[in-house]
Amino acid sequence: MKKGMLHSGLLALALSAFTGASMVAHSAFADDTFKVAVVSFLTGPAAGPFGEPGRHGAELVIDAINEGTMPAPYDSVGFGGVSIEAMFVDESGGNAKQVAEYRNLIEKQGVDAVLGYISSGSCMAIAPVAEELQTLTVMSVCGTPRLFEGNNWQYTFRTQAHAVADSVAAALYIRDQLGDVKDYTGINQNYAWGQDSWKFFDIAMQKLIPGSSGSDSPQFPKIFAGQYGTEISTLLLEDADLVHSSFWDGDIEAFVLQASVRGFFDKKRFISVAGASAVDNLGKRFPEGTVVGTRGEYGILVREQEGELNEWFINAYRERYGVYPLESSYQYAQTVLALKAAMDKAAAESGDTPNKEQIIAAMKGLEFQSLAGNVSLTLGDGHQAVHPIGYGVTAWDDETDGPKLVDIRIYPTHCLLPPVNQMSEEWLEAAMPGADC
Amino acid sequence: MIVKTLSSDHTIGWVVASFTTLAIVGLFLPNWVLNGTMFGLARGLAVLGLLLLWRTGLISFGHALYFGIGAYAVALLEKYTGVSDIFLRLAAALIAASVVGFILGFVLRNYRGIFFAMLSLAFSMVLYGVLIKSEALGSTDGFSVSQTTILGWQPETKYPLFLMIILIGALAAVGVHVYFRSALGHLTTAVRDNEIRVEYLGYSVARAIHLKYVFSAALTGTAGGLFAMALGQVDPDSMVNWTVSGELVFISVLSGPGSVAAPFIGAVAFEFLRTFAFELAPHAWQLIVGGTLLGIIFFLPRGLWSLMEHVLMRKERRRG
Repeated sequence: MKKGMLHSGLLALALSAFTGASMVAHSAFADDTFKVAVVSFLTGPAAGPFGEPGRHGAELVIDAINEGTMPAPYDSVGFGGVSIEAMFVDESGGNAKQVAEYRNLIEKQGVDAVLGYISSGSCMAIAPVAEELQTLTVMSVCGTPRLFEGNNWQYTFRTQAHAVADSVAAALYIRDQLGDVKDYTGINQNYAWGQDSWKFFDIAMQKLIPGSSGSDSPQFPKIFAGQYGTEISTLLLEDADLVHSSFWDGDIEAFVLQASVRGFFDKKRFISVAGASAVDNLGKRFPEGTVVGTRGEYGILVREQEGELNEWFINAYRERYGVYPLESSYQYAQTVLALKAAMDKAAAESGDTPNKEQIIAAMKGLEFQSLAGNVSLTLGDGHQAVHPIGYGVTAWDDETDGPKLVDIRIYPTHCLLPPVNQMSEEWLEAAMPGADC
Repeated sequence: MIVKTLSSDHTIGWVVASFTTLAIVGLFLPNWVLNGTMFGLARGLAVLGLLLLWRTGLISFGHALYFGIGAYAVALLEKYTGVSDIFLRLAAALIAASVVGFILGFVLRNYRGIFFAMLSLAFSMVLYGVLIKSEALGSTDGFSVSQTTILGWQPETKYPLFLMIILIGALAAVGVHVYFRSALGHLTTAVRDNEIRVEYLGYSVARAIHLKYVFSAALTGTAGGLFAMALGQVDPDSMVNWTVSGELVFISVLSGPGSVAAPFIGAVAFEFLRTFAFELAPHAWQLIVGGTLLGIIFFLPRGLWSLMEHVLMRKERRRG
């Protein structure tokens, strides 16, 4: 027994020495920087089309603001006078892993704020933990409206409009540009974003185009499935000639490639809510005449749009990374700009380096200029962004030898989202009162 | 007899002393270490379940089934009844896993070797498929799990949950140790060595394996429940997918079959290995984790525990 005690003492000592050593290795950083973690997919199928471009967008804008080289209104040096030290973290590995890593970021790395998150699954899982750890968390891309509808988060913000806006804009575009659509079906990923996207698109279509009818068997493959042979066959057998999809990441590229070779795009009209990254990545292999959205004034939709910020962003991004900024580059940059605007505002009000509470108070209800449009955090008690959303049709530009969007229509905010304090689904079911578009 | 075993056994002294030390050290650990240790110890409990089977020469590639059932029992209990009490949550995880283990045991007790492994894997992927397809069960998103209460009291810190996890871990380690020492437990190695002889001795091999399988399921289910409580989130990819089963087997190999304490040490080591790998190489952390396993297989074929055995033996020799 005595010997046993000794051994176990040794064992526990070894364990605590091990953990203690690692603690010392990660002691606190200097006080004059604001430490931010930027989370996006760095590995797996979403890294290429979403994670890396998003990371680059954030990196570019953070560096420019730290150095004070951005155009007005973001031309002051630093975030409320302090510079940001950014670390980039991988979003893959599932929700449970993300929650564990989030705890590590706060409690071990001592970050002051967390930015990013692409998957709706991650956002839904992170928000309660952000609340528990009382850490400012600004989400960039994820789309499920459930994040703020039915939840009253204090520490979580989202600088991207949610799936209702994307779906309503899609239905409006179909009504205005495609006209005679009667039957439609869809292929969406089987998780929060995909299910919500289809549900809202379906309701919006019924209300905006009376007499149209959705398929009884829309397809819901698993996210990151990568193989869509069965689904493509099923869709081809359906009568509906319009196919809706909220695919993003590598899935949209895989789907487009697999569907193209089977002549899918000759037989069906295809509307892709968030697939613009594939237009750039696939180039000529992406079919022309496809309706594509970018979920906001981002990426290929605003590539030709004038404006100092937008032109600066496109040029600086191309210079540094050699490619055009994609949808997620804009979304991540937008989150950084929101933080910059809020920290500047808080610093102006307090006359000093702002603390966490002051930044959160400043961010609540914030209106700020993004790269190619304006964004305001009006929904979700001042935590959820609204902004215009547009769609266009893919075409090949012989002059630049690259893809472009034609027939672009951008719909204003009041057409796309419910007023404050109304749940999206009720608003949609009531035929979108107040949205006279 | 049990009392005699308890008092004369070094392993039990060990476990009790480790428990006390951890309970005291836990008071001073920063939150992230406490969290990592909780995840590690909860996984360790699941690996202890695997160890039970491993001693009989059975390796399950599907123990994420019970891990997931335990975790989802906790999450669904909260979703449909609002219960967040630790004892009710644990009971739900334990009972759900044991019942499923008992039923599947009737099939699995007839198989050995690769057939046992693959059949376990198949059952776990059935649950995975059901969860993914069903929106009522959270689909790929899963649920978040609210903070655990203890008899109506909502603790401010994670320490009470940590205490609970090490207490359950210690009880399970002692329980499994006592079981290995019992007549039924001694059958485990006998079954591995020669089933026909065991049958001639008058024992039912099928029944011994079935019982062991239910124990194993119960331990792993409890582990899943504790893990869900420590993490505050359940989802199919992190709880039920085959990769989770693989992780548990990985930790078994990392720990070695030497002792009931080995799974806990191995699992905590694994947890921190992954955390640091993730931090050092966000693009290639899987490589570090995989490389470590290769290193262990090549240089420590009996796992991390063999390091401990080495230290113990040297001490014995010096005393002798």
